[in-house]
Amino acid sequence: METFIQQIVNGLVMGSMYALIALGYTMVYGILSLINFAHGEVVMIGAMVTITCINLVSSIAPGLPGSLVFTAGLLMAIPITMVLGFSIERIAYRPLRKAPRLTPLITAIGVSITLQQVAMLIWGRSPRSFPAIFGEDAPHKLFNLDVSITNIQITIIVLAILLMAGLLIMVEKTKLGRAMRATSQNPEVAGLMGVNINTIISMTFVLGSALGAVAGALYAANYSRADAYIGFMIGLKAFTAAVLGGIGNLAGAVLGGIALGLIESVGAGYIGPLTNGFLGSHYQDIFAFAVLILVLVFRPSGLLGERVAERA
Amino acid sequence: MTEPLLEIQGIHKRFGGLHALNDVSLSIKRGEIYGLIGPNGAGKTTLFNVLTGLYQPDEGKFTFNGKDLFRQKPHVVVGSGIARTFQNIRLFANMTAKENVMVGRHVRSGAGVFGAVFRPPAAKREEAAIHARAQELLDYVGIAARHNELARNLSYGDQRRLEIARALATDPTLLALDEPAAGMNPKETDDLKKLMEKIRKDGVTILLIEHDVKLMMGLCDRIAVLDYGKKIAEGVPEVVKNDPRVIEAYLGVAPE
Repeated sequence: METFIQQIVNGLVMGSMYALIALGYTMVYGILSLINFAHGEVVMIGAMVTITCINLVSSIAPGLPGSLVFTAGLLMAIPITMVLGFSIERIAYRPLRKAPRLTPLITAIGVSITLQQVAMLIWGRSPRSFPAIFGEDAPHKLFNLDVSITNIQITIIVLAILLMAGLLIMVEKTKLGRAMRATSQNPEVAGLMGVNINTIISMTFVLGSALGAVAGALYAANYSRADAYIGFMIGLKAFTAAVLGGIGNLAGAVLGGIALGLIESVGAGYIGPLTNGFLGSHYQDIFAFAVLILVLVFRPSGLLGERVAERA
Repeated sequence: MTEPLLEIQGIHKRFGGLHALNDVSLSIKRGEIYGLIGPNGAGKTTLFNVLTGLYQPDEGKFTFNGKDLFRQKPHVVVGSGIARTFQNIRLFANMTAKENVMVGRHVRSGAGVFGAVFRPPAAKREEAAIHARAQELLDYVGIAARHNELARNLSYGDQRRLEIARALATDPTLLALDEPAAGMNPKETDDLKKLMEKIRKDGVTILLIEHDVKLMMGLCDRIAVLDYGKKIAEGVPEVVKNDPRVIEAYLGVAPE
């Protein structure tokens, strides 16, 4: 029972990060019908830049409390990642707006490889460790059981919930959100209502990248390190989460992310006993991609997606 | 004679080998209801698309309210005061009636990303004003009670009205209506006619495409006739109705 609860906790932590990243995939898909495969690398860059910024902050102002250093580093990394997301759309995707849909998809893969290489040039191939700014992050005991959760993990869950709620409120309640929804339903008519489509598309990339940067920073903090390769797998997982929830659907991305985190984590907790020790918990990726295959076969529109894609 | 509100000269639009608009010129005066008729495929909707920035014309001149709008983007055109509805209804189907109209206010409101994220008092006031104006417009076209309904769940006639309300939300000087009476019964058509007269009385010039000849004759101050991308006649309804070229375009040539 305690293993189960522990895996639920771990799953929620992973799931929160998947959800933040999946939002980036699903927002872009909702507006451009494009799978932005470079988004995973944006997350990776977000993680690497955060580490660099945190090192910078602690060298300029040593002795600051860890949470303050982390916040400062993150607040520096977010705008940098936003500019990156903006530039990717502007340089790589906008010229292909009217091209067949396969073209920008291939381009996205190209952007992804390019970003990975650039990251290797900047930060090298070996992992960068996340600065030990939090001191000893001793795990707390949950409900007096043998279930532990660290401060960073609590931060991840809380921050993810706040950001996701903020995004959903913004999309439902504000003028920008309304313009985004209108653009995703019918870009041509939205343009006729005075919505500048290019601005909305840029904003979508910028917001998605900001969430990605936060997810990347949290990921690096949680695993105490990051390298140029992390974007690929975490990107694929988050994409799976977006598909699971119903790609193009914001609430779906959140639900899909959390669900995927839980499935993966609980699966990893029990795969050993279930296969009699033949497969260990490092096979947890099996679950994510088994989920992807099952969703694509049985419910391609995802949990919350509409059954038929509607396009005017 | 006042200066025309909208003036186009020698507009050409080609799609590959198809010459969809061939040297079309027309001018619309402030405050009139200007009709555009012609057989199917004559280029009426193409002309609408050119006038609203959806299509870029190949040649010609296009001035509106003293401003050059030749090859401008849709959001610029709508900002200058031209709004439209569509022949095949194109609402934001998964947004409520009110939200549809609120999107129409986009061009007349300021706060952007900053306002959306930090919600300063100014942005909140603007949002409240957008809400109020949207409700007002729904009331104006007569569907106020259905403001919370998703657009796709509205009846056909109400969807047509909603499209008009959404177009009016952009504060247009010229409202371009593409077959607003299509598929309506006589009662609905009559209501629509009254609505258009009310809109004109409130100072909006109307450009109208319609097949319902009786409606057009009773409503329009002037009518232009397009056939195969060319303007073949223009004038007051009675004259246009009896123009031999118009009769020929619609019915073919009478045998000698």
